Amino acid sequence: MAWEAVIGLEIHVQLATKTKIFSGASTAFGAAPNTQACAVDLGLPGVLPVLNAEAVNMAIKFGLGIDAEINKINAFERKNYFYPDLPKGYQTTQLERPIVGAGHVDIMLDDGSSKSVRIHHAHLEEDAGKSLHEDFQGMSGIDLNRAGTPLIEIVTEPDMSNAKEAVAFAKKLHSIVTTLGICDGEMSQGSMRFDVNVSVRPKGESKLGTRTETKNLNSFRFMERAINKEIERQIDLIEDGGTVIQETRLYNGDTDEARSMRSKEEANDYRYFPCPDLLPVVIEDSLLDKLRGEMPEMPDAKKARFIRDLGLGEYDAEILSGDQTTAAYFEATAKTSGDAKLAANWVMGELSKSLNQNEIAISNSPVTAEMLGGLILRIKDNTISGKIAKQVFEALWNGEGKDADEVIEKKGLKQVTDTGAIETMIDEVLAANAQQVDNYRAAPVEKRGKMIGFFVGQCMKASKGKANPGMVNQILKKKLEG
Amino acid sequence: MAIDRKEVEAVAHLARLSIDETQIERTTESLQGILGMIDQMQAIDTKGIEPMAHPLDAVQRLRADEVTETDQREKLQQHAPATEEGLFLVPKVIE
Amino acid sequence: MHEKTLAEQSKALAAGEISSVELTQHYLGRIETLDPQFNSYITVTGDQALEAARQADARRAAGDFNALTGIPLAHKDLFCTEGVRTSCGSKILDNFIAPYESTVTANFRDAGAIMLGKTNMDEFAMGSSNENSFYGAVKNPWDIKAIPGGSSGGSAACIAAQLAAGATGTDTGGSIRQPASMCGITGIKPTYGRVSRWGMIAYASSLDQAGPMTRTAEDAAMMLNVMAGFDPKDSTCINKEVPDYTADLDKPLDGLKIGLPKEFFAEGLDSGVEQVVRDAIREYEKLGATIKEVSLPNAALSLPAYYVIAPAEASTNLSRFDGVRFGYRCENPKNLEDLYKRSRSEGFGEEVQRRILVGTYALSSGYYDAYYRKAQQIRRLVREDFTKALSEVDVLMGPNAPTPAFDLGANTKDPVSMYLQDIYTISLNLAGLPGMSVPAGFVNGRPVGLQIIGRDFDEARLLNIGHKFQQVTDWHLQSPTGLTA
Repeated sequence: MAWEAVIGLEIHVQLATKTKIFSGASTAFGAAPNTQACAVDLGLPGVLPVLNAEAVNMAIKFGLGIDAEINKINAFERKNYFYPDLPKGYQTTQLERPIVGAGHVDIMLDDGSSKSVRIHHAHLEEDAGKSLHEDFQGMSGIDLNRAGTPLIEIVTEPDMSNAKEAVAFAKKLHSIVTTLGICDGEMSQGSMRFDVNVSVRPKGESKLGTRTETKNLNSFRFMERAINKEIERQIDLIEDGGTVIQETRLYNGDTDEARSMRSKEEANDYRYFPCPDLLPVVIEDSLLDKLRGEMPEMPDAKKARFIRDLGLGEYDAEILSGDQTTAAYFEATAKTSGDAKLAANWVMGELSKSLNQNEIAISNSPVTAEMLGGLILRIKDNTISGKIAKQVFEALWNGEGKDADEVIEKKGLKQVTDTGAIETMIDEVLAANAQQVDNYRAAPVEKRGKMIGFFVGQCMKASKGKANPGMVNQILKKKLEG
Repeated sequence: MAIDRKEVEAVAHLARLSIDETQIERTTESLQGILGMIDQMQAIDTKGIEPMAHPLDAVQRLRADEVTETDQREKLQQHAPATEEGLFLVPKVIE
Repeated sequence: MHEKTLAEQSKALAAGEISSVELTQHYLGRIETLDPQFNSYITVTGDQALEAARQADARRAAGDFNALTGIPLAHKDLFCTEGVRTSCGSKILDNFIAPYESTVTANFRDAGAIMLGKTNMDEFAMGSSNENSFYGAVKNPWDIKAIPGGSSGGSAACIAAQLAAGATGTDTGGSIRQPASMCGITGIKPTYGRVSRWGMIAYASSLDQAGPMTRTAEDAAMMLNVMAGFDPKDSTCINKEVPDYTADLDKPLDGLKIGLPKEFFAEGLDSGVEQVVRDAIREYEKLGATIKEVSLPNAALSLPAYYVIAPAEASTNLSRFDGVRFGYRCENPKNLEDLYKRSRSEGFGEEVQRRILVGTYALSSGYYDAYYRKAQQIRRLVREDFTKALSEVDVLMGPNAPTPAFDLGANTKDPVSMYLQDIYTISLNLAGLPGMSVPAGFVNGRPVGLQIIGRDFDEARLLNIGHKFQQVTDWHLQSPTGLTA
């Protein structure tokens, strides 16, 4: 039987505020345990929450960024359950009236077509602390530094049908929140955590199957693997005559294994009700106008501009607009070099390859956008060939010069464009390959085009790549025909 | 809506209270009495009335995003039941 | 000195007739001698009080003072006081030393007032008789067989026994007014949002409000001047100018329109209490007020609505008492669930656990609409009733409780009969309105107060109305016998 998967995501995004959502304690990552957990974060008796204005602003910006309705009156509820990392015994969250209503995020599929993933809503809430499971005399340790960190939880409709789409969506969302500057996007630190809801059904069936929720995936790679694994598990299960049970699952990226979370299976009754310590949040039009004015160019708009103004193709524009740092790097390179297409090729080609190989973020690239732009300029003015340019790039990457010009100068890579020098070299090459020259001249005209490649190769080799390939070609032809 | 013993046990578990076996009957009875009084509410039709969560018609005030709290761990943990290396200790958390 | 009102003590301090240290020592001595029979204090902070008194005397000497500088006061033991045990009347907080100060007590401290100690109360402010305290029941100084009312029973009793001239209380469903009435003192519950709740251990957040408990309305006005005001740490605190509550105390009452809610004089009201209340209202007529009957048609529904909303909020407010970060933890927990369940069941008293169960049930899946939502809808109706009544008259008057103080143990078996004590007081908390109790007479030697209800933020008017009554009556000046130390 043919199966199809239905996937929806819930994403917790830590907002990049300086302080907690309801207290003035710092949210900086990596502090010693409980040194950033004040009386409010610890839920001591008698303490009260006061809402952080910046958390509200950031949530609104997210809403504006995904073309969503902003609920001008929104409110907080308490979600009640006992857990050691939840100091008050309830999480302050939004249920009935979330700050961000329905919106959408558009993703590009492999075949180049695009798909709109609907966002059901996004709400503000507080993060929990952390339980550390190392052994402390047979006990667990609780660190509440993270407790109270502002989150927006984004809930999608079940609009994705495979792991690739889910990952494309996740990446796009990452790009949106980092572009907006509302999240640092550091997934390894838990700044964005994905819960995936997966179900399967026979192709063509309209009724949804039973779904499972796999929690807290914090890398795109793990997410893709976890989804594929879960789809496979569910199909196998059903095909073997079993049924999928609704449950929460935990995926371990290190072992590539998933298991059911037994502790969460117990039917929870969260007893949501309006938080009496907080009043309704009313968003004035003046605030909306102000935040609209502060909105950066969003990835989709950027992509459209790259196509329209810089003449990039759909694919290149999509890739280069996806990540804000990459986009900025590309734009700077394009500006310095004055050639957007070459800049795009280099950023997506040589640069991207080196970054990946060395696992370096583009923001830490040893070759800056100005250096790369300068390098492209030298290709354009024929100082070096594209091939030599790769050598120059490598030298720049390894810190062998402050810019392309210095490397070219130091290594003597300047292209040979002196006709006399090139003619002399060609004469030498032809003399050394007399047999091939005879063959060439004996061959029918239509075959000669291919055969000339051999001589060009020999010449470039003889010049150590520095001869201008166009000139070599031209002179060779003349001499061979002659 | 009379509450029965099983429901009392379920609610006690939700609230993380343990009711002594010998007390369950009594607790159930006293809750039944209270819920009986509460059921007087059902005498009135409240359809269409907006629930009122706060007595005053005020809106949430917002706080500037500025760090005002410094590390007070030592003071805040001074009377904590069990701590080690700055962590609060609890019996093993199993996920 | 202890017979003097707070205002008189303030004048005596200003005139140099007595020092704060002397006054404080005097009260500490009385507490030591007399309080064992009343049990109105949980903690007496003698050393800190004397140190603060010395500083207050120095401030007075330096000319840096206000009306309350050097005045000894008592604080209900649910206001967090830094470095001092804050028990909330509960075993679960028996070892809790607050690491920070509540806004109310900080305001008094900054004004130079002296904290004599922390007063007894029903555990987590849940109760109407002060019998639900881990530290034992409080006895009514007028009759030690009687309860003092609750939950601010310790504060009320210590004023009646003249073990302080002023005390703080809190009122979630009548917890200032009812014990004030039963102990023959003056108490005012301000409008919700008038006084900061920061550092006040919550019972029901949308109902809790702190207020002063004193012998006279004038004293209450002086204390409220210090307590009231905006606090950025409490989202529900209203940013509204605080008037000088002593300024208009003597304003004549000519033309005052008093409404008598007919539902407050219906079946269930003790005839002796009714007589006291009606006599008091006649005094107001003599002072120039006119009387009108009004109706609060949904008043009877306040009781069930309150006993859904308050326990519901309490059930989650009290989840933080879990034995993890502070407070009581059971011995040798087997696992996490055992830690929670035993710490909480061993730490909380019976009534607190009962209300947590009721509240949890009311919020639980399948019951929310029938209980919690319904109660919040009734809450709106109750408020609308008051709004309408208070558009016809300036204030409402009636009893605080259906009976005078009853005997200890008389209502402990049936929770509902205890809850009925709150029938005339809780509707105000649901509506958020200010209310006050002033001593108005006695029934069988036990005090009875008159409840005065005002519009939002009309505290100054209530204090004025209470004060004028106290200019022509002396109920507030009477004191129980046998209080000489």
